[in-house]
Amino acid sequence: MSRSNARTGKTLTLWLSLVLVGAITLAGVVSFVWTPFALSDMAGGRLEAPNATHWAGTDRLGRDVFTQLMIGARIALIVGAGAVAIGAVIGVITGILAAFATRFLDDALAAFFDILIAFPTLLVAMLVVAAREESSLSTAILALGIGLSPIVGRITRILTKQVLSQDYITAARVCGTSWPVIVIWHILPNIAPFLAVNLALQFGLAVMAEASLSYLGLGAPPPNASWGRMLQEAQGTVYSAPWGAIFPGLALFALVIGINLLADGLRDRFDPSRRSA
Amino acid sequence: MLGYITRRLFILLLSLFVAAIVLFVLLRLLPGDPANALVGVGATPEQIAAAREQLGSDQPLGVQFLTYLRDLAAFDLGNSFVTRGSILEEISRRLSVTLPLTFAAFFLALVIAVPLGILAAVKADRWYGLLLSIVSQAGIAVPVFWLGILLVYEFSLTLRWLPSGGFPLRGYADPGPAIRAMVLPVLTIAIVMSASLMRYVRASTLDVLDSDFLRTARALGESRAEALMRHGIRNASVPVISVLAIELATAFLGAVVVEQVFSLPGMGSMLLLGIQQRDYPSIQGVLIVTTLLVLLTGFLADLLQRLLDPRLRQGARR
Repeated sequence: MSRSNARTGKTLTLWLSLVLVGAITLAGVVSFVWTPFALSDMAGGRLEAPNATHWAGTDRLGRDVFTQLMIGARIALIVGAGAVAIGAVIGVITGILAAFATRFLDDALAAFFDILIAFPTLLVAMLVVAAREESSLSTAILALGIGLSPIVGRITRILTKQVLSQDYITAARVCGTSWPVIVIWHILPNIAPFLAVNLALQFGLAVMAEASLSYLGLGAPPPNASWGRMLQEAQGTVYSAPWGAIFPGLALFALVIGINLLADGLRDRFDPSRRSA
Repeated sequence: MLGYITRRLFILLLSLFVAAIVLFVLLRLLPGDPANALVGVGATPEQIAAAREQLGSDQPLGVQFLTYLRDLAAFDLGNSFVTRGSILEEISRRLSVTLPLTFAAFFLALVIAVPLGILAAVKADRWYGLLLSIVSQAGIAVPVFWLGILLVYEFSLTLRWLPSGGFPLRGYADPGPAIRAMVLPVLTIAIVMSASLMRYVRASTLDVLDSDFLRTARALGESRAEALMRHGIRNASVPVISVLAIELATAFLGAVVVEQVFSLPGMGSMLLLGIQQRDYPSIQGVLIVTTLLVLLTGFLADLLQRLLDPRLRQGARR
């Protein structure tokens, strides 16, 4: 494959990712002001196939599936963004602290990240949900954010150490620059592009983990529609109404692959070492 | 090598100790007194006090921690609040479902991903090489429970070849039904897992194909396939192995969800049941055994990597 072909391919996938993520984000935003039906409105017959009124059919209670898909997009994006925000705050702070700390504290924190990373995000999230009295939207966000934080912490620590070994940091130190200033002026801007790519990937992970939590019955409780819970509910009627299980899965698949491709595209733009590859 | 094993074993034990502390703290952070879960709603204060005494949750935290460590060292995971049965026995029963499921899926994923990943790298300029990398990219985004539901729809409900879920009560004493019950869950995990494995194998092979030593081997007259077989595979496998340990842990996690799709009585459903019933000893037991398995896998992966790559051994000696 020639180089220009490879570049066309990359541009195409970047556009594809933007279309996928954009369409789902749009659906999620629009769901705040308009959905075809009210969420708990049993507007149709039970398990109707997709038709002109119910674009994605109805569920076993006669509720409109397309409406639930739109609200599901909103929930997926909110949980994903919230979890990544929490994970980023905890992870970036501890990661930078580790990179700046004494050798002993750094080793201890690095080992701690490694041990926590050994636990898959979903498992940690399940534990946090277990620790709360009842499941709610904020519990799911908190749980996933805590689950993601060691991954962010580890990558931040490595990136920060790379920057800290540069000559301009030594120069800044010699000039007597205090370390908070070094963090804000030199470290954060330099690690931001790489961190952004990693956070985008974590976003995809968080969306998937949220769906898994909901599928297991540990996610946001019923007034919220979640793609994971829609799948769990549709599983029982999959033989008579397969579309009920197909659409939420497709939506989840489209969002996660869109985010992953977007992260890849961003990396190609930000990382000069990959630009020629 | 022996020195390395000893040191690595020490790190393993240390990590396990740290993980045990984390678990202890996390479980003490759980709301309410575990005693409430033991006696149920509407218990008199005397009953709760008796339950606290029985559980030891009336003791100071330091004493509780020491008791906890002593029990762990003796492999005593306690009894379930709900069934009153031994947690260790319950876990070993459930591991007989989860471990075969995880390992079978893991090996199937390897069998699919290694040849296809190498093919995707070697034939990166052909249409099927490109197709393979697109498929693996897409496969990563497939929700594992969605795939499970779709496979059930096709192979159990439509074609009626395999059961849609459940596991024979007598377990492997009914080998036929037991194996048939495992086919779809194994396939589900293996397909999703092979997608991400394939990407690592492909990337690793591409690196090797680009390397100086392979060019030298080619210059010395070896064919591309020969050079790849003699020098490439071993070199490409080193980074893949460190990923394998993580993948095995992911397979285990996949099992947690997939067991729910297929109603299999494994560790995942035990954890979920424990969370729903607030059965703390059960949750604690599952997590301790899981941690042990994850840490052991990492340990074995590190050893294997050293055996394959003499450079790592050299580095240790210096």
